Amino acid sequence: MRGLIRSFWLIPLVILVVLAVSGVARAQEANPTVTDDDVNRIAKGLYCPVCENIPLDVCGTQACQQWRDLIREKLGEGWSDEQIKTYFVNQYGDRVLAEPPRRGINWLVYLVPPLAFLLGIFILVKALRSWKAGSGVPEAEGTADAPGQPPADEYIKRLEEELRRNQ
Amino acid sequence: MLANIGFGALLITAILSAYGIFAAVYGVIQKRARWVDSARNAMLLTFPLLTLAAVSLIILLVDNRFEIQYVASVTSRSMPTYLKITALWGGQQGSLLFWAWLMSAFTTAVTLRKWDRDREFLPWVIVVGLITLLFFLLLILLYENPFMKYWALPGGGIVGALFRPAGATLFTPADGSGLNPLLRHPGMIIHPPLLYLGFVAFVIPFSFAIAALITGRTDDRWIRLTRRWTLWAWLFLSLGLILGGRWAYDVLGWGGYWGWDPVEIAAFMPWLTGTAFLHSVMIQEKRGMLKHWNMVLIILTYALVIFGTFLTRSGVLSSVHAFAQSAIGPAFFGFIALTFIASLVLLAWRWSSLKAETQMTSMFSREALFLLNNLLFIGILIVCFWGVIFPLISELATGQKVTVGPPFYERATAPLFSGLLLLMGIAPLAAWRHSTVKTLGRAAWKPLVLSVLVVAGIFALGVRHWAALVGFWLVAFVTGVTLYEFYRGAMARHRKSGENLALAVVRLAGRNRRRYGGYIIHLGVVLMAIGIIGIEMFQQETQGTIPQGGELALGEYTIRYDRLDIFDAVDNRNVARATLSVFKNGEYVTELHPRRDFFYDSQQPMTIPGIRSTMEDDFYVLLVDWLPVSTAGATFKVYHNPLVNWLWLGGFVFILGTFLAAWPEKETEPVLRTVPAQARRLQAYGD
Repeated sequence: MRGLIRSFWLIPLVILVVLAVSGVARAQEANPTVTDDDVNRIAKGLYCPVCENIPLDVCGTQACQQWRDLIREKLGEGWSDEQIKTYFVNQYGDRVLAEPPRRGINWLVYLVPPLAFLLGIFILVKALRSWKAGSGVPEAEGTADAPGQPPADEYIKRLEEELRRNQ
Repeated sequence: MLANIGFGALLITAILSAYGIFAAVYGVIQKRARWVDSARNAMLLTFPLLTLAAVSLIILLVDNRFEIQYVASVTSRSMPTYLKITALWGGQQGSLLFWAWLMSAFTTAVTLRKWDRDREFLPWVIVVGLITLLFFLLLILLYENPFMKYWALPGGGIVGALFRPAGATLFTPADGSGLNPLLRHPGMIIHPPLLYLGFVAFVIPFSFAIAALITGRTDDRWIRLTRRWTLWAWLFLSLGLILGGRWAYDVLGWGGYWGWDPVEIAAFMPWLTGTAFLHSVMIQEKRGMLKHWNMVLIILTYALVIFGTFLTRSGVLSSVHAFAQSAIGPAFFGFIALTFIASLVLLAWRWSSLKAETQMTSMFSREALFLLNNLLFIGILIVCFWGVIFPLISELATGQKVTVGPPFYERATAPLFSGLLLLMGIAPLAAWRHSTVKTLGRAAWKPLVLSVLVVAGIFALGVRHWAALVGFWLVAFVTGVTLYEFYRGAMARHRKSGENLALAVVRLAGRNRRRYGGYIIHLGVVLMAIGIIGIEMFQQETQGTIPQGGELALGEYTIRYDRLDIFDAVDNRNVARATLSVFKNGEYVTELHPRRDFFYDSQQPMTIPGIRSTMEDDFYVLLVDWLPVSTAGATFKVYHNPLVNWLWLGGFVFILGTFLAAWPEKETEPVLRTVPAQARRLQAYGD
């Protein structure tokens, strides 16, 4: 099945290569200053649908090489970074982007973690409050040893105590 | 023959496991010790039997028995023997067998030790261990059998089957397709077993937790009994993650160590809950609090261990449809759901007996800060979990897959990781039970001043990246606090007993290895943080095609492309090896050899970087491409990774600290007695 998907993707890619190869010569004449770094800058934020989770700039497959050639060609034609990204999204869908675009159901990916974290803080604060309220230990006791430097003995005592209970 | 022996051993182990589960439950309920002993014997037999199965498979692998499907899929004649052995975990079926084998080793080890002391828990530990084992064995037997053979049908065509189909003859391919070249690396040989060891070892504390819930012994006995098991599990998992990072850096050729790939995250998630658990159990031990929470954490860890295996094994990551088509996907899903719900039901059943014995008294006490630490770990877990499963949700809801890549994770987790570092600096200074801003401030001011001075120094050196400065401040602060804790403890001993300071440090750490091992782990983390700040915030890269003798510059470095050699190596691969001279500020420093290996058997390439590594920076060069006809030009990708070696050094210190904390005490086990709640309260008030 995977093989089938792979070969399925090859069809548009082959077409792209043909387009790209025919375009490369033209592109290089039009704008010879497109560097590998320019290409990688855009490729870094793109993912081809075949090599999951490997960004385009480091992916070694032929398919990704062809995508990079295409980026080079488009850059040579004077396209902007955004235009090139949009081109790939239109061709292959949102999955080529490193992050889901912020719209529709995709908002969930951005909103759920912070909301869950806020909920966690809320629960934690509530729990701490209720524990403190229920403890019946006056706050003053907690601060009783605050004034003045604690004598070294006290630190030793605490340390020894902690160590003893850890045995 | 050998395949049949292996398969038979698997089958008998599965039957024995089912019997052991029944015998243990029946024995406990009917109070018949003989049944429980019989269950234990069944448990003890699983390990030798699975060893037989695993060794059978290893022999088949080493012996080039390509009529076995699995052998043909992961080995080839040209592979050296040690790689053929490691091919045991180089594919799906072998991995599952390996998992089950390690699992039985751990549960067997637990039941061998202290049987009489832990008699009340152990029957249930056996039950939980065997249920997990049985699940994996069923997966192997029903869906992912590594002992399947190729058969040539009379009418033409090759099929895979365990037993001879009517009229078929055994078919032996001339050679196998070989191990994925990415797996032919020392890091990859040891990394999966360590992860698996970490995974299966976490089943032990979970089993004890469930045993505690079932038997109603909900005090901290189960925690004390499993303390070292948990630390060892955590050690293996940490080591597996660190080595995985190193492998990625050396082999994957993208100049990094961690790519937020779902497979990485799958192993990272149980580590997160495991780390939270290691911290929060201390609160239960010291203060008799958070009993529910510790149960939740260990239940989550177990679920995530299985979930992690599920993610990497079911194909769900490539597509939810692949998941639906693979037989083991739904089985995994069902097992996770079942064990998770059953654990929660047990927890709900014992909810009231898990009440805290004491109460929180101060927002700045160490226990309150540990709770905050737990919140941050869970926060990172939520980000990871959600990031991994969102593409699946999206695919189900809209039919379209999306990629959740590194930018998402980095943005979401960076503040949480920073918060954890800050806590690492504050919590060791806080006292159990009560601390105030004042007492904390009094303990913290010296390290604080020191850390500000360090950052001022870094600023003076010209670093203006604000996030990096915050990072370096946190690193300096935590280092200051941790070293100060060693110093304070050692000084106290020194003043009291007159020991010299060095001896005092050693004795101090020796007396409470968990505490000071923990501090060394903290030091390891800050060293790793230095490396991470360096590579994440100051990494530079460039790529260019240069002719022979041509140069490519990046920052202070320049490379000169001297030549390219293309040759066939003995182990059936074609090597293209470039020779580069590296200059720093115009001066020659070294020669590098980035290369590309092409493996004929698996038809896959592998990119090996040329790295010049110092504590200051790594200069990392990849051979991206070359012109095949002449060696006139080649394309190189060059990375400058500042400080990245601190990451590996930190990893080493981290593991060292964990060893110190986890190494068994000389006197076999601490005397275990239940401290009455009242006495512990008194003790706690004593500090």
